[in-house]
Amino acid sequence: MLTYILKRLLVAIPTLLAVLTVVFFFVRIAPGDPAFIILGDQASQEALAAVRHDLGLDRPLPVQYVDFMWQEVRNVLPYTIELTVTALIIGVALGLPLGVAAAKHRNRALDYAARIFSLIGLSFPAFVSAIMLLLAFAIQLHWFPVISEAREGDPLSRVSALVLPAVNLGLIMVAYVMRVARSSMLGVLGEDYIRTARAKGVPARVVVWRHALGNALIPVVTVVGLYLGVLIGNSVLTEIVFNRPGLGKLIVNSLNQRDYTMLQGLMVVYAFIIVIVNLLTDLTYGVVDPRVRQT
Amino acid sequence: MATFGGALVALVAISALLAPWLSPHDPLEQNVLLRLAAPTAEFPLGNDSFGRDVLSRILWGGRVSLYVSTSAVLIAIVIGGALGILAGYIGGLFDRVVMGAMDVLLSFPTLVMGLLVVAMLGPTVGNLILAITLTAVAPFARIARAPTLTIKERDFVEAGRALGFSNLRIMVVHILPNVIDDVLVMAALWLATAIRTEASLSFIGLGVRPPTATWGGMIREGFENILDSPWLAIFPSIAILIVMLGLNMVGDGLRDTSDPRLRHE
Repeated sequence: MLTYILKRLLVAIPTLLAVLTVVFFFVRIAPGDPAFIILGDQASQEALAAVRHDLGLDRPLPVQYVDFMWQEVRNVLPYTIELTVTALIIGVALGLPLGVAAAKHRNRALDYAARIFSLIGLSFPAFVSAIMLLLAFAIQLHWFPVISEAREGDPLSRVSALVLPAVNLGLIMVAYVMRVARSSMLGVLGEDYIRTARAKGVPARVVVWRHALGNALIPVVTVVGLYLGVLIGNSVLTEIVFNRPGLGKLIVNSLNQRDYTMLQGLMVVYAFIIVIVNLLTDLTYGVVDPRVRQT
Repeated sequence: MATFGGALVALVAISALLAPWLSPHDPLEQNVLLRLAAPTAEFPLGNDSFGRDVLSRILWGGRVSLYVSTSAVLIAIVIGGALGILAGYIGGLFDRVVMGAMDVLLSFPTLVMGLLVVAMLGPTVGNLILAITLTAVAPFARIARAPTLTIKERDFVEAGRALGFSNLRIMVVHILPNVIDDVLVMAALWLATAIRTEASLSFIGLGVRPPTATWGGMIREGFENILDSPWLAIFPSIAILIVMLGLNMVGDGLRDTSDPRLRHE
């Protein structure tokens, strides 16, 4: 297992370096001097220099880089992580059992309901579903706050601010997880060893949850890993709709202000998260399926 | 199911194509008196905050969405498909470099990549297409490469080489037809993703600039008036949902027919 982990780590490093290069490239070719944009074309040379100094544009790039990382990201990252992790838990906790149940009762009412739900879930852009949830549960029913910003030192308000955004992201993820769990289970349930286990009189519950699910998990892990990329993109939209602090709102603010240093850093943070997630996905393969460790 | 999905997509595509003839009003014509007016017989879906006709704007907005996403996916299929087949066929260092580059592209979430490109280059139709193409090339390269790896070992490819066919001819005539099925299933699903990405970027404010109507942009404007006139956000949302649902159904249907394990559903 240890060699497997080390090997995966080594593979992740060049990807990360390449990602940094791409981000740098894009930000460098962007037109316009931020200081100029902030002050307008009437500004004096001294004022421009002063703003460049304030923004840290006159300092060496690596310094700008590290500096930015520790300013705003630190404040909002917990919000984005809290949101995506809750959505992830909702997605897997509901999606996996539903997908298994749909495969078990193939072509029956439950299966059709699950398939229709997943089709609808896949069709909703995150901001559209967010607006619908906001309209229904915050504006019409007043169950949750319209602006999902928790009051300082009030844990209950933090939870109630999290519910709608997390349910929004979570339900879309349920659709993805359920769908792949179902089709993967259908494939495995047709295998000979499942028939053998049944013939030997192993209880149906054990066949489904132990023999079949254990072998059906790999595609599910893949989709969860891939979906985390979508989830992070969707968290940007969700944070905008629910007016919730987080990386997504930071992106939009830095876009509006043409704050390149911030944007550059945010892209690196996102890419970093994805590389880490891919790594974790690979490691999960090793845990889920002992065969992967040997290769 | 695929037929019904196809019908939904066709409905949206046709109404977008025929927008200049179907739309009852000029999508850009403002009327202060009808600001945020509720739906009436003359303006069946109401009016936006500039008094513009929402129905006409939805019809015209569909043109932008469909044009941007279809162009992006077509370009991605050509570039990604070519890269995938070349990488799989040539193998070795070329394969590793190309697929390594694809892994880098895949390290960005679709929306975040789109954001970066459009924010840096400016919100024009061309840049939106470029942004979405960049996110879609890597998946198409991957899906074209995988079958190429097995097909190039098959006897008919060997026979082609023995007959002195050029590599290009082998790739185009003998490998491409075996790859195209997988690519088409992906195309339907990626068209949905492309439409979603375009709408999301417009919603964030990085779409084609106003006053041009786009679905995402209309939802953005509607969202600002969500308390008084929720229909402004709801109607364009329904348009997006119809086309997304249709494309997902087509994608599912195509996949089921190409995967024999699922054929008997």
